[in-house]
Amino acid sequence: MLQQFSYDLAHLIGATVLMAGFGMLYQRRIFAVLNTFAFQAFALAAAAAWQAHVQHAPHLYATAAIALVFKALLVPFALHWLVERLGIHRTVETALSIGWTMIVGVALVALSILLVLPVTAKAAALTRESLALAMSVVLLGMLMMITRRNAVTQVVGFMALENGLILAAVSAKGMPLVVEISIAFSVLVAMTLFGIFFFRIRERFDTLDLHYLETYRGDRS
Amino acid sequence: MTALEQLQAANPLFWILGLPLGAAGFLAVLPSWRLASVLNVFISAATFAASLMLFQQRPAPSRLLFIDDFNIYLVVLTAFVGFTTALFSAAYIARETEAERLSPVHLRFYHSMYQAFLFTMLLALTANNTGVMWVAVEAATLTTVLMVSLYRSREAIEAAWKYFILCSVGIGLALFGTTLVYLAAQPVMGDGADAMAWTLMIGRAAEFQPDLLNLAFVFVLVGYGTKVGLAPLHAWLPDAHAEGPTPISAVLSGLLLNVALYALLRFKMLISANGQTLPAGPQMIMMGLSSLFLAAFMLYRRGDIKRLFAYSSIEHMGIVTFAFGIGGPLANFAGLLHMTMHSLTKSAIFFAVGVITQNTGTKRLAEIRGLTVSHPVLGWGLVVAVLAIAGMPPMGVFMSEFLVVSSTFATQPLLAVPLILGLLLAFAALVTRLQGLAFGTPAATRGYGRAGWLSTTLAYVPLWVHLALVVVAGLWLPRPLVEWFETVARMLG
Repeated sequence: MLQQFSYDLAHLIGATVLMAGFGMLYQRRIFAVLNTFAFQAFALAAAAAWQAHVQHAPHLYATAAIALVFKALLVPFALHWLVERLGIHRTVETALSIGWTMIVGVALVALSILLVLPVTAKAAALTRESLALAMSVVLLGMLMMITRRNAVTQVVGFMALENGLILAAVSAKGMPLVVEISIAFSVLVAMTLFGIFFFRIRERFDTLDLHYLETYRGDRS
Repeated sequence: MTALEQLQAANPLFWILGLPLGAAGFLAVLPSWRLASVLNVFISAATFAASLMLFQQRPAPSRLLFIDDFNIYLVVLTAFVGFTTALFSAAYIARETEAERLSPVHLRFYHSMYQAFLFTMLLALTANNTGVMWVAVEAATLTTVLMVSLYRSREAIEAAWKYFILCSVGIGLALFGTTLVYLAAQPVMGDGADAMAWTLMIGRAAEFQPDLLNLAFVFVLVGYGTKVGLAPLHAWLPDAHAEGPTPISAVLSGLLLNVALYALLRFKMLISANGQTLPAGPQMIMMGLSSLFLAAFMLYRRGDIKRLFAYSSIEHMGIVTFAFGIGGPLANFAGLLHMTMHSLTKSAIFFAVGVITQNTGTKRLAEIRGLTVSHPVLGWGLVVAVLAIAGMPPMGVFMSEFLVVSSTFATQPLLAVPLILGLLLAFAALVTRLQGLAFGTPAATRGYGRAGWLSTTLAYVPLWVHLALVVVAGLWLPRPLVEWFETVARMLG
């Protein structure tokens, strides 16, 4: 009975993370994307905390805390501030229309379920379904990076992808180093983002639209 | 016990990892860049010396770190190239600063990141845990992204951005693959760190679930393959090589690509030990050949000297991946040798290119002419190095390429045809380019002022040392080295 409940709840939270992944795909304004991302990170924190409870693995609470503080609060606030401060376009610039993006997204989820469920036939039910959800979140993050032009939305796409990876890692029973891995990701994003790029891109181009960056495409002889 | 004995008794791995890590912290706060560049050389030399201690005394594997026949030679190679590049870097940085292209604040950051980068590579090589290895490769990405953007020019920032986005996604996928491998191992090895330790996993890999390993290897191949620079995931590589400081191009090409390939090979060993999975070989052959061809054609239309040699790195990583994909003792032997030769030769080329761009003040191939006339030592060094990388006998690269081709003929004769075609295409492109660079009347230079004798010597010594090693290796490989390569080649299966 209790086991069934813990399974259902883990499933529900995992599905919430995935839904937020879809939510990010159809937003037309950057602030809405950031809010949806914060919601996804919040759901991830809940998933990690629940796994910590179910698996009796206290270190996963640290992962949950990182997700909550860094991803659900700090990063969205900082990006929000940057968008306002730098006067970036508030609308999302798409490379593929929203309708098509959603259709591709659904296809990617179907793909990951069809791929993961057969190969994990021997694994515990919770693990295999979480893994399918996590892989869907990863693929949706990639889709977002591909179909959105703006640097801010690309970074959000990368962090959504990373949410999927952390979801997979916390669902793998007893996997060590999950905390270290989430710290490593946070450091990568934080240092690259705030240490280097936003301020430098601002210095040089006065815009964060990657479209302007792409006028230079390396070597043309 | 005297202090010296205690020093010798300590685990060399602590020195190998501790020196660069400590230096990364220390150099970040050291105000004088001149002192920092000298210390950078000495610390790298000490790391290299510590890595040589591994031959005498091999530490027992622990939960986190281990040394076996395979990674010991990569650790020594990495420490060696790290040391010679630090020498070259001292000369390069001095001239860049005189020309006021870099400020002291940048340099403090640069030296700290250089040591941090060496640390992450050495950690990735010695990690006995798939998770630690992943964290190390990720940290290596971070340090190099920051170094590629060092010049703050528009091109440098775009290159760094591209590198960050592509390689972050790449290592993200590699992490997913790592998690899948853990899931495959966990029912057999039990929860926790045992199911991530290379030394423990390899013995019981046959009991792992083959389906999961198959899926995992696809993610690992695409993930770490991005960092190796395999086509079609190579897009970051030429930009990052071209826009960063040249010593960084040398270590990126010479070392980082090897480290990423090492990670891939470790997973391949697991796959081979399992025996029931889809073979890893064909996937690697495919990616290797496509990299070889793509790079060979790209070599023809390059206008930028650093990009030219960056594409050549893609070509050679393609050859190495192809060789390991073919598998078997002979092809693996060839792959290992080629990895080593490519590291030495390509970093030598970047040493030469660094001085060339400073002397001529341009990276455009069309504006660099007649180097053997204007700068004989440098020009002829470049000629030898480029002929070596193009695969002319008697250099070491020729020998390893010859071995790759002959082992392919022995096992898969049909695959040898595209391989030889790709090699010839690349050879012709490089030799054509070399003629323009090295011979003819020198172009008018608008480079930096003349370098002092010290910085000239510092830049030329590593170049010629690498070339000497490559030539000697082509003519004669010491018996113990050959036996050792053979052992590793058998390990790789």
